[in-house]
Amino acid sequence: MAAVTVAGGVPAGRPHLLRQAGALSWRAVVRLARQPQAWVPATVFPLLLVAVNSSAMSRVTSIPGVVPPGTTFLMFLLPAAIVQGVMFGAINGGAELATDIQTGFFDRLVSSPVSRPAILVGRLGGAMAFGALQAVFFQVVLWPFGADVEGGLAGRLVLVVVAVLLSLGLGAVAAGLSARTGQAEAVQGFFPLVFILLFLSSAFFPTQLMSGWYKAVADHNPLTWMIDGMREQVLVGFSASAAATSIGVCLAICAVGLLFAVSQVQRRLRVAS
Amino acid sequence: MTATTARPSTVVASRVPALPMMGLLMRRSLTAIRRIPAALIPVVVMPIFFTVAFSGTFRGLTQLPGYPTDNIYNWMVPYACLQTASFGALATAFGLGRDLEGGFYDRLLLSPAARWVVPASGVLWAMVRALLPIGITLTIGVAGGMDFPGGAEAVLWLMVAAFGIAGLGALWGLGVMYRLRRQSAGGLVQIGLFVVMFLSVGTVPLELQEGWLPHVARLNPLTYILDLSRAGFVGTNAWADIWPGLVALAGSAVLLGWWAMSGLRSLDP
Repeated sequence: MAAVTVAGGVPAGRPHLLRQAGALSWRAVVRLARQPQAWVPATVFPLLLVAVNSSAMSRVTSIPGVVPPGTTFLMFLLPAAIVQGVMFGAINGGAELATDIQTGFFDRLVSSPVSRPAILVGRLGGAMAFGALQAVFFQVVLWPFGADVEGGLAGRLVLVVVAVLLSLGLGAVAAGLSARTGQAEAVQGFFPLVFILLFLSSAFFPTQLMSGWYKAVADHNPLTWMIDGMREQVLVGFSASAAATSIGVCLAICAVGLLFAVSQVQRRLRVAS
Repeated sequence: MTATTARPSTVVASRVPALPMMGLLMRRSLTAIRRIPAALIPVVVMPIFFTVAFSGTFRGLTQLPGYPTDNIYNWMVPYACLQTASFGALATAFGLGRDLEGGFYDRLLLSPAARWVVPASGVLWAMVRALLPIGITLTIGVAGGMDFPGGAEAVLWLMVAAFGIAGLGALWGLGVMYRLRRQSAGGLVQIGLFVVMFLSVGTVPLELQEGWLPHVARLNPLTYILDLSRAGFVGTNAWADIWPGLVALAGSAVLLGWWAMSGLRSLDP
């Protein structure tokens, strides 16, 4: 029996869950890197929007109370770029599970001795890694143009943590939809809904300048709470309470997303077995 | 032998006139919508989204000194109309990609009709299809409080600009699809349309833009087409706002018409 088990009691032919998840995460990252159509829009579109809006609307900063003195509209938009990029990337990452189902790779995974949770964990691990990379990328690329973070290293770290958690939450929702439908196109159709929610928030414009029912919706949109928490790190300085608000919203999205994803993947596994 | 000798006169006799052929092709597009009603959902939803989101989010821009209107709908509704009209072009491009991948387009090219009829029907369909989103966008704008300082003529110029964008977008999409010959190239069509829209005076007029954007926007024909569409909403149809837009439409039509037709010729073996 020593031949078929290792010291930890894990069967020799079946690596540990974390190793399996790590290998599948790495596969997700490599697959993403090899498909520019999956990551280029998630990188270029937010940058384009930030570049255009910061140039078009920079005079908004002259309206009192919109941004603190000495800050710029580009700084105001930095969190929006990160969130938008992460949304693109996480949904694409989650939709890759549907591609695995369509191409038959999912069935091959199921028939292999891979641990069942590793299938989902591996997929979401890839999305989280990409989210972290995006948060760093946007900060680095926009920094020479004046998008500094008043919160320093701690503030920058908050932006990365929020990006990673948001990737996990939205990636889980997309993975759940993938498992449910088995169609990448159906999962991509989820993006406009998320984009609408992003528009109905403080992402692209200060809610102080909105009015009526639109302002009410934006003020009560959890994405506004999340983005405002990130924005405080950028425009004002590190704030533990603002960071907690942002992270709290992300954790709530993660909880809902993971519950949905786990239930749908289990359902798919029952069908497959 | 009979078939061989009769060929020249038969071909001439059986050439399908352009208009009925275009009508048939447009009817086919209409049938596709009837069979897949879900395809209409974005046509209905996107105008609502654009109008509400642009007007709601950027309402505060009217507080900027020098903003051309104090009614955000008068600025954003024409922009939303042009955005949604361009989606008709996307549908044309995706439809062409599907036909190219499925081989139906080869059969169309074998039909006894002039070559230009097939792309022309796509352009015409994109313009007809734009009617619905333009109507929805205008309705939401009026409901939101949009006014018409330029009277009925304001709507006329808006229609000219919006149908023009639908046609130009379709020509751009056809050119891309003829060259890449697959549905997935629709993403490229979409990116091109979005970039042109962003790099213009969509949200803010040239005078209030800062940095690099106004330099680019000044070179973008869409800036002048947008001015045309707003001529009667932020002003009273001043000719100075109208003629540059008409020139931009005509010039872009020539350029993109060449782009589409040269793409069509590239299909020849």
